[in-house]
Formats: sequence, structure tokens, C-alpha cells
Amino acid sequence: MAETSAQLSRSRDLDKLLLRPGPLVDSSFEPGPDLRDDLKEYVKVLVVGAGGLGCELLKDLALSGFRNLEVIDMDRIEVSNLNRQFLFRLEDVGKPKAEVAAKRVMERISGVDIKHHFCRIEDKPIDFYSDFNIIVLGLDSAEARSYINAVACGFLEYDDDDNPQPQTIKPMVDGGTEGFKGHVRVIVPGVTPCFECTIWLFPVQVKFPLCTLAETPRNAAHCIEYAHLIKWDEVHSGKTFDPDNPEHMQWVYQEALKRAELFGITGVTYSFTQGVVKNIIPAIASTNAIISAACALETLKIVTGCSKTLSNYLMYNGADGLHTKVTDLMKSSDCLVCGPGILIELETSVTLRKFMDMLEDHPKLHLTRVSVTYRGKNLYMQAPPVLEEMTRPNLELPLFDLMSKTRKDIIHVNGMAGEGDKKQSCLRKLRIVFKGIDGVTDVDMAGGA
Amino acid sequence: MIKLFKVKEKQKELAENANGKPPVKKQSAGELRLHKDISELNLPKTCSISFPNGKDDLMNFEVTIRPDEGYYTGGTFIFSFQISPIYPHEAPKVKCRTKVYHPNIDLEGNVCLNILREDWKPVLNINTIIYGLYHLFTEPNHEDPLNPDAAAVLRDNPRLFESNVRRAISGGFVGQTFFPRCI
Repeated sequence: MAETSAQLSRSRDLDKLLLRPGPLVDSSFEPGPDLRDDLKEYVKVLVVGAGGLGCELLKDLALSGFRNLEVIDMDRIEVSNLNRQFLFRLEDVGKPKAEVAAKRVMERISGVDIKHHFCRIEDKPIDFYSDFNIIVLGLDSAEARSYINAVACGFLEYDDDDNPQPQTIKPMVDGGTEGFKGHVRVIVPGVTPCFECTIWLFPVQVKFPLCTLAETPRNAAHCIEYAHLIKWDEVHSGKTFDPDNPEHMQWVYQEALKRAELFGITGVTYSFTQGVVKNIIPAIASTNAIISAACALETLKIVTGCSKTLSNYLMYNGADGLHTKVTDLMKSSDCLVCGPGILIELETSVTLRKFMDMLEDHPKLHLTRVSVTYRGKNLYMQAPPVLEEMTRPNLELPLFDLMSKTRKDIIHVNGMAGEGDKKQSCLRKLRIVFKGIDGVTDVDMAGGA
Repeated sequence: MIKLFKVKEKQKELAENANGKPPVKKQSAGELRLHKDISELNLPKTCSISFPNGKDDLMNFEVTIRPDEGYYTGGTFIFSFQISPIYPHEAPKVKCRTKVYHPNIDLEGNVCLNILREDWKPVLNINTIIYGLYHLFTEPNHEDPLNPDAAAVLRDNPRLFESNVRRAISGGFVGQTFFPRCI
């Protein structure tokens, strides 16, 4: 492939990283032109989110030598995005973010191919995600992160010694910002903690007591939440409030304003109303740029091995001076999402009841009062009586049948673990393998949560 | 990891025709935790739970409370619960589906219970919330009013409050508001 001198000079900086060895490289690093070419040819990256972080990420990744990118986002462009989501123009307002972002980056950076997906992340089949080598997240909610994390960890498989199988690992790089603050983390399922291992890192949303809103509002946010949570239902019985409908938002704003006047409170504005109702913290373009840049570089490092990667959580706080710190977070060994689970081999004839008895004798479990769930089907519930009764007939059925005759799969159980006085309620992931069945592959599923 | 990716690419081609894994239904970590909460429920005899969408949808359910002491004795009050996929990071959304004359529950069914909002902690569970709701009926309090009229009557004239509650749960007007019978 003949490359023009313009293309050669474009990769000059990247070449310095990829063509020569160095003291800080990863053990797997093999520098050379092949590496640069493989990056272009073999590596497929998914960017989740085409907003403040997503725009930056697409640009950064495209300029870092990645050629095959895809982007998924369910939102359309709004006027208020334009100050920082620099790939969008005024005439783009109303168009899907993913579509416009992909188009703009491809226009500017030749040779880059970006496919866009204008839909919810849950709308894509799981297979869609398995196609990518690495997933980069530019999201704004714990819920969306939790979903992608579960999908990526779902591909992970462990060997019989509970070691993750490298070819099944789907790494993620997660960025997030809130005003002056941000974080970057590298999630290598099975190796570093997954999102669910450390969900406590996420601040719980502040919620005001309803009676404060109703009776003793003290600030503008109280007035807005009153209009949003209480007054709306009172006036529009049955109609659900849609935060993306400007008429609804305007109504809440007007009501909040009236209430604020009544109580002599100031500070209710339309944009603050939007902020409170949609839980928006003003985004700062430069925070997004810093966080995205770190994410793009980590992605390059993970893929090429040209340097050691972030291990594994970077927090950045530019609010009061500047503080930044890297923390090596710990994996939770019995994480329901990324952990290996306990391997159990069974005969296909074992009934659910027999299986539950076995858990009581299992040296790693000693589980009593067991309830069992398999991929969203509740196989047996100890309580409440209404569910116990509905699931009781399953007890005499072979577990193999209840698991749709799947040779190997994940099942979740909960009950009381431990012995004597130390009994403790717990929830466990089990890797079930049925003996004497011919399988296509010989690896164990680890995901499923 | 590029080398791994290349290996994977080849594997994919080989495995193209092999039959794959079972259809995957993602069970969120929230659902699993909820499964544990529900299977460990230990409700007082005054409370019961039902699952309108069947045994496999635990994320939406109803709790029925029939107080056997206090002002609300004999009434039947239904609450709907909606659980988020990131439960217990986020509290369940609870609404009272029975129109009730109560200082801490408004006429739209909003409930003022601290553990549902400002004091929710992931260590709490569904059982705690149900007990909290039950407690609202045995010990309604005028200090956290969502229905200020009812709260004022409870504070200033408990006897009138008692007769208002009786009238409401038997089906009748309290002031301008009609309450359907819920006994």
C-alpha cells in the first residue's frame, strides 16, 4: 500500500511510540511497523456516548491511529450542547448525535471509518458488543455503565483453575466528568475491578424529603422538586412527566417560580430547573478534554502495549486548585458480575431439590435456605409464600431441564452461608457444568449477571 | 493485546457455523440483589406481597398492608414498588395506590418516609421498607406532613382525626375530599 507523505507524516508521532522499544513498555510489546498496521486493520473500538466526552473521544482515537470506530448514542443534538460538543453546528440541532459526530470526524480525518448507531445501548443484541476489541465509555449515568459492564463481563470465561481466559477478556476504558471533576478508569474484566465491584464509588443522588418539599421549602431546588414531584401529579393525573418535553419543563419552571415567590425564595431560573429535574451539573469543556485525552491514550496503551496502563482509577479534581490521584482499586473476588463463581459439576439427572441439598454440603458454600435464579427465571424461592408455592413444582425437575438443557452456564443462588452462630445471608454465583454432554467449546461462561 | 485480537479474529471465522450459546437474557446485579431480598422476606401477618407480572418479574410488585392496631385498623392499603436495575444503589420507587387520609401520604399517593428518599442506604432492603410503611399506619406523625390538613388535625385534635380516618376508610368525605371505601 503506497502511502502519501502526508499520511506518513501524520503517523510520525505515533511511530515514535509504536516503532521503538522503551523502558516503560508492557511485557507483551513488540514494536514495529506491523504493530501500527495491525492497529489500523484489526482493532475495532466502540465508543459509547457521543456527547461531551464522546466528541472528544472520537476525535482523539481517530487521531491516535485507530481506523475502525463505531459510536452509539440515543440522543439528538440540542442547542445547549453546542458550547462543548464541538463536532456539532447550529444547523445540526435535532439530528442524532452519533450520526453527526461520525460524519464530522470522517470529514476531517481521512482513512477513518466510523459507523454510527442511533439507539439505546439495550436495544443492541449482546452479539453486537462481542465484535469490538475494546469499549470506551463516555457516559453520564451509573445505570448505563452498569449495563455495558455486565455485557462486557458476560463475555469473560474462566478456566478450571478460576483464571480468566485472555482471549475472552473485553477491556473497557471508562471516562466521566461532573463540572470540574472527572475520572478515568481501566476495566479489564477478571483482572481489575469491574464497575459492579466498586459501585459504591458512585455518589448516591441527593434526594430531599418529600415533606420538606411539600411544607417547608428553603431553597430554589426545593421549589423545583415540589413542582416536578408533587404538583405535576396533582394537576396532570395519570400523565407522566417527560423531562425532554420543553412544554413540561416550562410548566414545572412556572410552578416552581410561583412557589418560590410564595415562600420568598430566589434563584429559580429555567436552566436551574432543567438542572435540578434532569440532575445536570454544568459541563466544562476542558474537563471533558482532559478526561477524554487520558481515555484515548489508555485505549492505545492497552491495545498496543506501548506503555504500562493506568492501574486502575484516576480521579481528577480541578475544583479547588488542582488535585489528581491514581488509586489501585481492589477487585471483589466474589463479584456477581466479573468473578469466576464457584464451579460445580453435575449429572444431568440431578433434580433442583438434590442440587440444593448439595449446596449445603459443598465445602465452599455450606448454604442453607437456598433460593435459585437462572437468567431471570426464578427456579425456587424460599419466600414469600406466594412465590414459594409457584416455584415448588420445580423442586422435582432436573436442573438440566430447568436450564434449557444448557451444558454450561451461570446460575445464582442465595441463602444462609457458614456454620453455627456465624451464619450470614449471602448471594453467590455458580458455574454449572453438566457431565457427559458433548459441548462445542470447552470453556466456561463467566458472565450472566 | 493486538495479537490476541488477531487470534480471536481467526477463531471467529472457525466458529462461524458452530452453534452458539443459549439466548442470553441479562440479569442485572440489581435484579440479583432483589431476588435475595425477596427470598428472605419475613413479613408480619398484616402485610402481604404480590407479583402482578408473574414470578419472574420481581422488579414490579405490590404490597398490601392491613393494619391490626391504631387508627387504620381494618383498612386495606396497597403500595406499588418499582425497582431500578442499579438497586440497591438507588431506592425503590414506592407509591400508595389506595387513596388515604393520612398526614404522611398525599392524595396522589406520594409517601413521606425517610428511608425512601434522603435516608436510603444500600444496606437497607425491601423488608425494611415494608416495615417502615407499616409503621406509618400504626404511628402516623404530624411532623412530616404531606397532607397538611390531616397533620394539623392529628396534632390538634386526635379524636377528630380518629373519626376522620374511620369515615375515610369506610368510604366518605373528609372536608371536600372523597375517599373510597377500603375495608
